[in-house]
Amino acid sequence: MQKFPCPFCGPRADREFRYGGDAGKLRPPRDCTDAEWARYRYQRANGKGVTHELWLHADGCGRWIEIERDTMTHEVFATRSLVP
Amino acid sequence: MSGPQRIDSSGAYGSGIDRAQRIDFSFDGEPMSGFAGDTVAAALLANGVRLIGRSFKYHRPRGIFTAGGEEPNAIVDLRHAQRHDPNARATLEPLQHGMTIRSTHARGTAQRDTFSFVDRFARFIPAGFYYKTFMWPRFRLYEGMIRALAGIGRVDASSRAPGSRQQFLNVDRCVIGGGPAGIAAALAAARAGKKVLLVDDHAQLGGSLRWRSARIDDLEGIGWSAARERDLRAAGVHIMTQTTAVGLYDHNAVVLLEKGLPPTKCANGECLWQVRAQDIVLASGAIERPLLFENNDKPGVMLADAVLRYLRIYAVRCGERVVVATSNDSAYGVAHELTAAGAQCVVVDMRGHSDLAATARAAGIDVRLGDSIDSALGRTQVEGARLKSGATLAADLIAVSGGWTPLIHLYCHARGKPRWDDRIAALVPGSDVPGLQVVGSAKGADTADDTPSASWGGAPDLWAASARRRVWVDLQHDVTTKDIELAVRENFASVEHLKRYTTLGMATDQGKTSNVNGLAILAAQTGRGIDAVGVTTFRPPFVPVSMATIAAKSLGELQSPVRRLAAENVHREEGAHFREYGDLLRPAWYGLDASAIARECGHARNGVAVFDASSLGKIEVIGPQAAALLDFIFYTRISTLAPGRLRYGLALAESGAIFDDGVVLRLAPEHFVVSCSSGHVAAMVAHLEEWRQDRFDLAHVFIHDASAHWATIAVSGPQSKHVVASLDPGAPLDDEQLPHMAARIGTFAGRPARIARVSFTGERCYEIAVPARLAADLWRKARAAGAEPIGVEALGVLRAEKGYIFVGQDTDSETMPHDIGVNGPRDKRRDAFVGDRSLFTPFASRTGRRQLVGIAASGNQPIPVGAHPVEQANDKLRSIGYVTSSCWSPALGRPVALGLVEDGRNRLGEELQFEYLGTRYSGTLVESCFLDPTGARLHA
Repeated sequence: MQKFPCPFCGPRADREFRYGGDAGKLRPPRDCTDAEWARYRYQRANGKGVTHELWLHADGCGRWIEIERDTMTHEVFATRSLVP
Repeated sequence: MSGPQRIDSSGAYGSGIDRAQRIDFSFDGEPMSGFAGDTVAAALLANGVRLIGRSFKYHRPRGIFTAGGEEPNAIVDLRHAQRHDPNARATLEPLQHGMTIRSTHARGTAQRDTFSFVDRFARFIPAGFYYKTFMWPRFRLYEGMIRALAGIGRVDASSRAPGSRQQFLNVDRCVIGGGPAGIAAALAAARAGKKVLLVDDHAQLGGSLRWRSARIDDLEGIGWSAARERDLRAAGVHIMTQTTAVGLYDHNAVVLLEKGLPPTKCANGECLWQVRAQDIVLASGAIERPLLFENNDKPGVMLADAVLRYLRIYAVRCGERVVVATSNDSAYGVAHELTAAGAQCVVVDMRGHSDLAATARAAGIDVRLGDSIDSALGRTQVEGARLKSGATLAADLIAVSGGWTPLIHLYCHARGKPRWDDRIAALVPGSDVPGLQVVGSAKGADTADDTPSASWGGAPDLWAASARRRVWVDLQHDVTTKDIELAVRENFASVEHLKRYTTLGMATDQGKTSNVNGLAILAAQTGRGIDAVGVTTFRPPFVPVSMATIAAKSLGELQSPVRRLAAENVHREEGAHFREYGDLLRPAWYGLDASAIARECGHARNGVAVFDASSLGKIEVIGPQAAALLDFIFYTRISTLAPGRLRYGLALAESGAIFDDGVVLRLAPEHFVVSCSSGHVAAMVAHLEEWRQDRFDLAHVFIHDASAHWATIAVSGPQSKHVVASLDPGAPLDDEQLPHMAARIGTFAGRPARIARVSFTGERCYEIAVPARLAADLWRKARAAGAEPIGVEALGVLRAEKGYIFVGQDTDSETMPHDIGVNGPRDKRRDAFVGDRSLFTPFASRTGRRQLVGIAASGNQPIPVGAHPVEQANDKLRSIGYVTSSCWSPALGRPVALGLVEDGRNRLGEELQFEYLGTRYSGTLVESCFLDPTGARLHA
């Protein structure tokens, strides 16, 4: 029942969004180690407190956005488009 | 007159009812009548019903106790039109014509409950009795019997609640509670230009002004609230009555439960609203607490405020000889009103002094100060009261007031931290919650300087409770003071343990009336202050909400709406048997039964068949970076494809597993069409879009899902070419210009048509895509030219004979491309594509991976899908894979199957044993293509 401000559509109910994992992860190149690839693929920070996350505005504009929010208080600090 | 307890229309009673509108209903089979505006509880009381049900555990007789959502006893089985609610709260249900009401939890009726003997064994079944008694050998053995004895309503499995609607609303301010405080808050915001929603769980606004005497702005309370309601409506405030706020959630979301009373359209009697507000004002008021004395659960014991409400709003006099027992000043008004209505009243005030005593005595009311009730007398209902002083009073009603508890449940939902206020012996709002304001008596104060008046009452009197007698704390779950003593004795002394051991406060009323009394007893038993005992957490919903209301429209067919083909009607004319494939409704075969499948296969192999392939994806990828995006998405390289040509490709997930397969058509250098699997279109679009936004320039590549715009008809078989020619497609069909895996743009009925040579049957095949509204015409024309229809099941056989896979059926979440024999890109590609690195992990490279193989069954019996090939390991059978597809091949005259088997490619030629639900089969592992391995038929 949270409210996320989509940078394209304005404030919207969370049921329109789909969670997409931690923001800021870079896809490692082919010659990375197994451990690096596993970290990219499978390891989640699951942070308590302030987190940066990717969300897809699936039932809205269809854009991927980054949301900075607090997983304890559910306060949303900032949202921005994934594409600059 | 409607019912013996109803006061006739002389006098100022019955402000909430319309005596002109009689409403007929029945209770336990007996016809009764009430008036429009009645709640079910009011109508039952008017008809003299005292005994409304039996208690949860001991089957004790119970009556209506309150007039609001905190009601613990009056839970009834209610049927009205199509609606059936086995646990309806009689105090909140608006009475409607033709309602059938039954008492719950009684074998027979509440009046003659054959289970009432249970109460005589009460001393043998205290709290925790199940945990101690029914453990050996298994609880399951006793469960059925216990469930029959305990519990409340029974669900009628045959009843089908019509799906109700769910509503959404955004407002500036949501005010919860339509009493004087709520009205003032709503009006102030509306006058400041805000969009305001005001909700109240009763039929009319006004709150306590509707039954308590008060003067505001020189107006009688009820007149003031009527005047302000006109102001509210004039100011554009959205007013919802008969609506309970059941929960507060993140970011000022409020969930409301609206009860269905015309003109609302709540199909099953309820409608759920989700409201988002800029700010919330909580004006939920306070509720009265019961008093603790022996047999305080008998029908005829009621909260004093409820007695007043039934009198003033519904003109129902709940008793003729009334003992009003109180710990505070608020009950004196009740005694005055009852006396004025002709009842004989005695006030028993536990305090030694009240400023109101003299006025009461002057009005002819017998006031006993410094005394309290020791025990309620009577068999199945109240016949009198014995006082602590020893005096006995005859009475048919005991109206009790043990003080007031602010309703702060919603404040707690919003993560407010309540604090204990010793002055009123109740929890009051402590910490501030941003965006939430608590006003009025919900705050725990009723004066300008926030000091509670003498109407609030203080700590509960535990005198009668300490005497080791049967004193009820939680009426709905039958928890007595003795149960709390027992729990403390067994060291369940924390408030959370106490709740779970005794079930105190766990019933559907969530302990609204029992909470403070329970805490006080626990505090006394453990020698602590009430503030030190702590409290359990209040969680939504505030009142019960039916599952059907929460599910709302997502019931039955609407749970997963079926998608349909554009030419569905034509298939119905053809006698198609339809089945759901994923969410798609498609023809499984044409004919009466599944014997049609083999016949249809014959048309495709020997003549010409037509198949509706419209559900295949048609995702257009357009732009200068389109080829680069598809190279990244597909395992198979796409950028080397020439315009006008098609390529079969696999797309992987980042885990390396096969995500989907499909055919990509390059229409022009910067224009591709991806035909993915029918059930995968939405997922494929999302997959493409995710990587497009992550890695590509949004101005240089664009994705458009045109799947629904195009219908595709596949004409397949050795004679397919002349059928397509007769469609006059306006494009060259000779094999030089249109070879296998090539496409041409033509026309059909003057509209553009794409003709592609691509085959999922292994035969020469033309897929013709036309604008969706031409689907039926194209189908009829192909049929007229001699093509025979085939359904999805025949296609499943034809492709299995060829070893063509269905992703998700012949592959699972671990299957990588090299497991199905597609090694090229893994060995050769150096550029990045989705899942690339995952193909080189130890997991991807290990031996013993399950690989796709064909399975030739020994004998004529197909091996069932799901059968496991097994091997003997340490005297045990071990599964080494499973059969993914299996059928009888009409073309080969023997069964064919596909499966995933550990190291299957190295086991080709081996005969394996297969196990399926205790039956053994045997079969030999072979190449997965059973028919025409060289592909000659594609060009025949």
